[in-house]
Amino acid sequence: MADELTWKDLEVGNIIKEAGNASFRETGDWRTEKPILDKEKCVKCALCWIYCPDAAIKPSEEGYYESDLYYCKGCGICASICPERAITMIAEEEK
Amino acid sequence: MSQRVALEASHAVAEAVRMADVDVISAYPITPQTHIPERLAEMVANGELNAAYIPVESEHSALSTCLGAAAVGARTFTATAGQGLELMHEVVYIASSMRYPVVMAVCNRALSAPLNVWGDHSDAMAVRDTGWIQVFCQNGQEAFDLTLWAFRVGEDPKVLFPVMVHLDGFTLSHVTEPVILPEQSEVDRFLPRFQYPFALDPDKPMTHGAFGPPDIYSETKLAQEVAFRKSKKVILQGWQEFGDIFHRYYHPVEEYKTEDAQTLLLTMGAFTETAKIVIDERRDKGESIGLISLRLWRPFPFEEFRQAVKGAKVLIVFDRCISFGLGGPVFAEIRSALYDEEPRPKVVGIIGGLGGRDMSEEDFDYVINRGREIAEKGSDRILETVNIR
Amino acid sequence: MKAQAVKFGEKLVPTKEFLAEGHSFCIGCGEALALRLACKALGKDVIIANATGCIEICTSPLPFTSWRVPWIHTLFENTAAVISGVEAGLKTLTKKNKRPVRDIKCVAIAGDGGTSDIGIQALSGAFERNHEFLYICFDNEAYMNTGVQRSSATPYGASTTTAPAGKFSIGQITRKKNMVAIAAAHDIPYVATACPSYRFDLMKKVRKGAEVKGPAYVHILSPCPTGWRYSTELTVKIGQLAVQTGIFPLYEIENGRYRLNADPPKLKPIEEYLKLQGRYRHLTGEQIERIQEMVNEDYAKLKKKVAASPM
Ligand SMILES: Cc1ncc(C[n+]2csc(CCOP(=O)(O)OP(=O)(O)O)c2C)c(N)n1
Ligand code: SF4
Ligand SMILES: [Mg+2]
Repeated sequence: MADELTWKDLEVGNIIKEAGNASFRETGDWRTEKPILDKEKCVKCALCWIYCPDAAIKPSEEGYYESDLYYCKGCGICASICPERAITMIAEEEK
Repeated sequence: MSQRVALEASHAVAEAVRMADVDVISAYPITPQTHIPERLAEMVANGELNAAYIPVESEHSALSTCLGAAAVGARTFTATAGQGLELMHEVVYIASSMRYPVVMAVCNRALSAPLNVWGDHSDAMAVRDTGWIQVFCQNGQEAFDLTLWAFRVGEDPKVLFPVMVHLDGFTLSHVTEPVILPEQSEVDRFLPRFQYPFALDPDKPMTHGAFGPPDIYSETKLAQEVAFRKSKKVILQGWQEFGDIFHRYYHPVEEYKTEDAQTLLLTMGAFTETAKIVIDERRDKGESIGLISLRLWRPFPFEEFRQAVKGAKVLIVFDRCISFGLGGPVFAEIRSALYDEEPRPKVVGIIGGLGGRDMSEEDFDYVINRGREIAEKGSDRILETVNIR
Repeated sequence: MKAQAVKFGEKLVPTKEFLAEGHSFCIGCGEALALRLACKALGKDVIIANATGCIEICTSPLPFTSWRVPWIHTLFENTAAVISGVEAGLKTLTKKNKRPVRDIKCVAIAGDGGTSDIGIQALSGAFERNHEFLYICFDNEAYMNTGVQRSSATPYGASTTTAPAGKFSIGQITRKKNMVAIAAAHDIPYVATACPSYRFDLMKKVRKGAEVKGPAYVHILSPCPTGWRYSTELTVKIGQLAVQTGIFPLYEIENGRYRLNADPPKLKPIEEYLKLQGRYRHLTGEQIERIQEMVNEDYAKLKKKVAASPM
């Protein structure tokens, strides 16, 4: 992305006007393990949501908290703090 | 009605800042700059100026505070000298690269060691590549005028660059002269309110100062240089408007008795006035000699400069700084600026006036005589100097 | 309609992320977590000045920004000065009717290096001048952004790249600089410690610090899997252990009064905390004992201050 920009595309002082545009960046490809949620065990306590450093876990329509794999870097914090052990980390397959 | 009053040049700067209705002043005391912040602090304390005066704990913080204030849209001012400018050096680059139009007066001072609080241009030369618009003053009136003008130009939405106003420490900063102070209404006509288009604001959240990896850093620098060069247009326009309102006209290169001059002397700053006396005497005796003085130092006024020296045979550049291992920094730049010109004058450089060493008329006589001699025969000295034992 | 907040009993935490996804903090970064929570606590009406360091680098690679609030970074050591200018600028422009009256929190954020080393002069100046701002130090106990060099906040016995453990050295041979006490010595109205493992406590303190009149300082222990060399899923657990062992107690100093926010009846042995981290792996039993003594000493000192504080 940056390497397509020329000097003419930059704002005065390199200011970025598009707030939060980093959300276009994929960080899911850093992952070596991914979290799998067992909805049977999940009690919807949202601890995984609040402790995710990448804000990759999102509340779903049904009230679960699910990882957005576009962002999830696979740290495993969610799996380690889940009081019900509803999340397990499994190896990411070769793409 | 405008008034003619006796003012110390430092106080003339403070008057300009007051009339510009500046919002935030942040400064740290250092000789010979002290009279500027002192006077401003007094104005704020007395209610003559409605501004925040922030007595910071260092020059680094002085300029940093101005950056923060400018980022929310405040008109900002600081002043420093010598070591203070060196201490804030890192921040000086930031101000121009992030395009905050801070105005800073620099009461030029020598650099330690040995410690010396008196004037020369070492501090100015150490920041010549920092991307600030820079001008040199020769007297108290200019100190007032150029400070006012600095806000007008720096804050122009087509510019948005910081501006440094250099005035020689003591030999100008502490000199009292008659200065014409304009009416506030005239100032208001000349200087519109600062309308910063990118102010930090929760309703329009912007990111200032993102980091530039190798795939984009070069582009940021090119953009900065192009914008900086283009600021020249507004610089000239600003001086034109200034002249139209206040009837004093300024030019990037000031020429004095240069018509048909075979020899030209080049000076910057307050010693220019002494040099002019020598030029007058020599002209009276029928010598073909004139003087040019760089008022605009950055962006470098190539065009006006080349025009000003056209036809001259010898150009003697007087530097008040040593670029160690190279010589006079202004001299080196001037010679490079003329390299492609055909024909061009022979350019020679002489260094003096360091750390408060005075330059008398006799000293300038020596500069001119020796300059011509070098132009003719060359020099076998490591450094050509004047009045240095 | 998406939910605006997630409920934790009585507590509501906004779902809005003021720090956008797609940032480049390391996997499992505790600083990122602490920052995310702090941003939730601060909300929308804020201007943030950031020092150079992991946070700045990971959230702003041109042309991308993670920031959904106004944010400024200029240099490493001047953040407190920049926020001084932001605060003074807003105040003066409002006073001069050049902008509408509006409550905007001014917040400076920096790492432990940017705070307790190179930025301490600017910070002390800003405290002393009594600007209305909150300063948050994200303490990961070393210069992480440049590759885990020691800072004055690195604890005794930790191995870093510039104070490595070796045959003749335990690693860091000095005790962690007490930045909290230094902040408190400025007699500012609010000083606190926090840790992202104690999420609500952290958010409460950040909010309090932002709302208090005058300067405030919140010092957040931010576990760093990269620099502390532990497995990425342990970030929250390590933060908990730091508090439970007493090496990083949670407390507040409000108008000079000390209060412990978590005071376990019995502190866990420090070894439980140390043994999970590669930076302490070289320590002998005797050295761990020495660290235990230091922790006991510091904790006792703190409890004395708490006891001496009127309720
Ligand atoms: C004047 C200056 N000196 C050194 C650096 C290099 N530098 C950048 S970030 C950093 C360390 C940051 O450490 P800390 O403040 O603890 O933040 P962290 O990265 O650990 O979050 C250093 C040494 C710099 N950018 N500027
Ligand atoms: S080095 Fe540490 S603090 Fe920095 S981004 Fe990585 S995990 Fe976070
Ligand atoms: Mg750090």
